[in-house]
Amino acid sequence: MFESLSQNLSSAIKSLRGRGRLTEANMREGLGLVRQALLEADVSFSVAKDFMARLTEQAIGERVLKSLDPSEQLVGIVHQELINLMGPVDHSLHLRGDLPVLMLCGLQGSGKTTTCGKLGRLVHGRGRKPMLVAADLQRPAAIDQLQVLGEQLGLPVYVETAATDPVKVCQAAVRAAKASEADLLILDTAGRLHVDRELMDQLSKIDDRMQPDQVYLVVDAMTGQDAVNSAKAFNEALELDGVIMTKLDGDARGGAALSVKAVTGVPIKFVGTGEHLDALEEFHPDRMAGRILGMGDVLSLVEQAQQKFDQEEMAKQQQRLSKGEFTLDDFKKMLGQTKKLGPLNKIMGMIPGMSGLNEMIGQVDAEKDMRRLVGVIDSMTPEERRNPSKVIDQSRRRRIAAGAGVQPHEVNELVKQFDGIADVMKRMSGMGIRDRMKTVQQLGQGGMLNPGARFAKQKKGTGKRLTPTERAQQKKLRKRELRRKKRETRTKGDK
Amino acid sequence: MGILDKFKQGLSKTKQLLNTDIRDLFKDEGRLVDEAFLDELFETLVKTDMGVQAAQETVDDIRTGFRARVVRMEDVLQRIKEKLKSLLAQPAAPIDFAESGPTVIMVAGVNGCGKTTSIAKLGQMFISDGKKVVLGAADTFRAAAVEQLTIWADRLQTPIVTGPRGSDPASVAHRTVARALETGADVCIVDTAGRLQTQQGLMQQLTKIHRVLGKQVPDAPHEVLLVLDATTGQNGISQARHFTDAVQCTGIILAKLDGTAKGGVVVAIRQQVGLPVKYIGVGEKAEDLALFEPVSFVDALFEDLGKSL
Ligand SMILES: Nc1nc2c(ncn2[C@@H]2O[C@H](COP(=O)(O)OP(=O)(O)OP(=O)(O)O)[C@@H](O)[C@H]2O)c(=O)[nH]1
Ligand SMILES: Nc1nc2c(ncn2[C@@H]2O[C@H](COP(=O)(O)OP(=O)(O)O)[C@@H](O)[C@H]2O)c(=O)[nH]1
Ligand SMILES: [Mg+2]
Ligand SMILES: [Mg+2]
Repeated sequence: MFESLSQNLSSAIKSLRGRGRLTEANMREGLGLVRQALLEADVSFSVAKDFMARLTEQAIGERVLKSLDPSEQLVGIVHQELINLMGPVDHSLHLRGDLPVLMLCGLQGSGKTTTCGKLGRLVHGRGRKPMLVAADLQRPAAIDQLQVLGEQLGLPVYVETAATDPVKVCQAAVRAAKASEADLLILDTAGRLHVDRELMDQLSKIDDRMQPDQVYLVVDAMTGQDAVNSAKAFNEALELDGVIMTKLDGDARGGAALSVKAVTGVPIKFVGTGEHLDALEEFHPDRMAGRILGMGDVLSLVEQAQQKFDQEEMAKQQQRLSKGEFTLDDFKKMLGQTKKLGPLNKIMGMIPGMSGLNEMIGQVDAEKDMRRLVGVIDSMTPEERRNPSKVIDQSRRRRIAAGAGVQPHEVNELVKQFDGIADVMKRMSGMGIRDRMKTVQQLGQGGMLNPGARFAKQKKGTGKRLTPTERAQQKKLRKRELRRKKRETRTKGDK
Repeated sequence: MGILDKFKQGLSKTKQLLNTDIRDLFKDEGRLVDEAFLDELFETLVKTDMGVQAAQETVDDIRTGFRARVVRMEDVLQRIKEKLKSLLAQPAAPIDFAESGPTVIMVAGVNGCGKTTSIAKLGQMFISDGKKVVLGAADTFRAAAVEQLTIWADRLQTPIVTGPRGSDPASVAHRTVARALETGADVCIVDTAGRLQTQQGLMQQLTKIHRVLGKQVPDAPHEVLLVLDATTGQNGISQARHFTDAVQCTGIILAKLDGTAKGGVVVAIRQQVGLPVKYIGVGEKAEDLALFEPVSFVDALFEDLGKSL
């Protein structure tokens, strides 16, 4: 996969520096890398070219060449320029009048129908009463598809099963909406090629007759160089008001966002991040810029973490942390929570400076190593988990290793690593989100956030499992530990 | 024909024997192969979506071959096209039919790339070859996906096996093969739900469907076709790699080539993953499927080149 641009750049510029002073010519080599990154992210060639012209002007200025860390500077400028290009943001749907109309259009399979449902859900959540309109009479079962979505959302869908003219369907939908409670229409149109004259004319006609308040182009994030051609044609036919980019839940770099913005000039409003109807997010240029550059998408990670993590559990951990408590039990829970975010390599890709680790993780099977880590922790007594570096001596180490089926020195490694992490966790407890992310970044550079990787090369030991008595004893201890915790939270709750 | 023209004609036949630059003296038109020329060539190549790496390699090859010479565009093109055509070559008969019993074909790909429609097109092709076809609607996830394939089955007047929405797709796949065996069908084609290659759980589900298809018929599935949207950029490489890892794809159907997208990412895919293109989709109707032909595909990649250079 594509490596982090910042990583590439810093190593390139470092090696250039090794040859002496950083000159304009050397800087141009660095700029070549930026261009390559943009093209590999599917930014349109012409858009990338214009971008590079502007960037070059800034990059070969004194300020950058003479700075202490030119690669950092360069990445900073690139990042900012990308944000400028993809902004400004405007997430408003500009709903005015009694019965505002939103219309979605785009190529076949880009995600219009699904997005129709997602937008319906969004405005419904804001107190509107939307009605979805099945104006795709082209694709087999398109109407059924929208109807199913309507059912799932509990929203009305206007359909005419035998109709052949989408313009008439839309007009009839207005009448139906006025006769009902609905106060907003969302039109799902058929997918079409921008070079299909007949279907493009049909779209213009719907636009003409319906005078929609907002017309959005739905674009697949995986689109390559052709994005400029189709976006241009749709914009000329319809005067778009915004763009919605779908399928950003995958590993597409999404350079098409840049292309589409450049040729249409309209804001990117939302991004689709999944097939489910709640997977619609507001577009943020800074996150997208990071994604295009392979710099990671920290803020999305944080948001996702907030959604997926068990809030209650997080609150508990937070409380313990603020008291300076962080044990291997907490660590284990952290690992468990992390797993909920999805495959580890996806998470790593979202953390700046960590995308390089992905390659490594791919090889070592982080998930498996994580299970082994948990296995080691499980083989410890509660006391050992609370205070590993103090309590665990040689004989305990041997016992734990045997219990978990690993080598004794691996137990040692874990304890050492845990100490490092615990230290950071304690430090982070008093920080705001920004500083916290910075700390996470530092951690990332030290390879500490991938505890499993240190286990990678060792072969699996053949050690025996716990004896029944050991297990019974552990169970008892665990229960006691659990009771203690419950007591603790209860007393806290009382306060 | 003037004497000079005749001379030139004769010369071009013995071109290979001659040593470079002399030929260029006789050219009344042509262009110097300099950095500006190579930059423009690079641009054309990148715009096909073949990716920076493949484009750069091609440019480097032309640089070594023609640098500082005055060339006719056709000569440069010829060299590029020859290489690409041999890279993209594939056997004339793209489907590996089972020696006996039904041939099982699995179709996979990301969301909205054109899987279901491609299945209708494949079905139509087999039927017009006189084969008996059974379709399996193993996309039990997407709203109305089953209805969509059912409409196609009705249009083709061919049997279809379905399951309720949300049910286990592997079970639909299993029953599709069973039906094909029972009814003595020649081909059964199994649709799957679109999924992004990064979704591990869903990719494992696909692996399971693949495994189930092999339970009743040895060597099945005989073909695993990855449908790729021609508008796809560099993500196509990741798609090809991950889907091949999960279900050992045997080839690509390049859908939606009727637009302006070139589908050049298949060049990079062939180089990096080795997966060949077998068919192309050129419209939304059942007959809009064509055999992939490297020659016309490569010609189409460069049809704008004369204009820009
Ligand atoms: N992973 C993912 N899938 C999506 C997203 N948006 C839509 N899809 C899927 O993409 C496929 C096509 O989506 P549709 O909503 O049917 O697209 P469409 O533009 O209406 O397609 P046509 O009507 O055929 O032109 C479906 O399988 C959707 O579930 C997204 O943000 N992420
Ligand atoms: N223009 C064009 N449209 C296509 C082609 N193949 C599929 N489509 C359209 O692309 C959309 C998605 O196709 P579908 O088969 O449902 O994709 P799936 O989600 O992968 O099963 C539908 O609107 C199809 O009509 C093609 O070759 N050309
Ligand atoms: Mg649709
Ligand atoms: Mg389908």
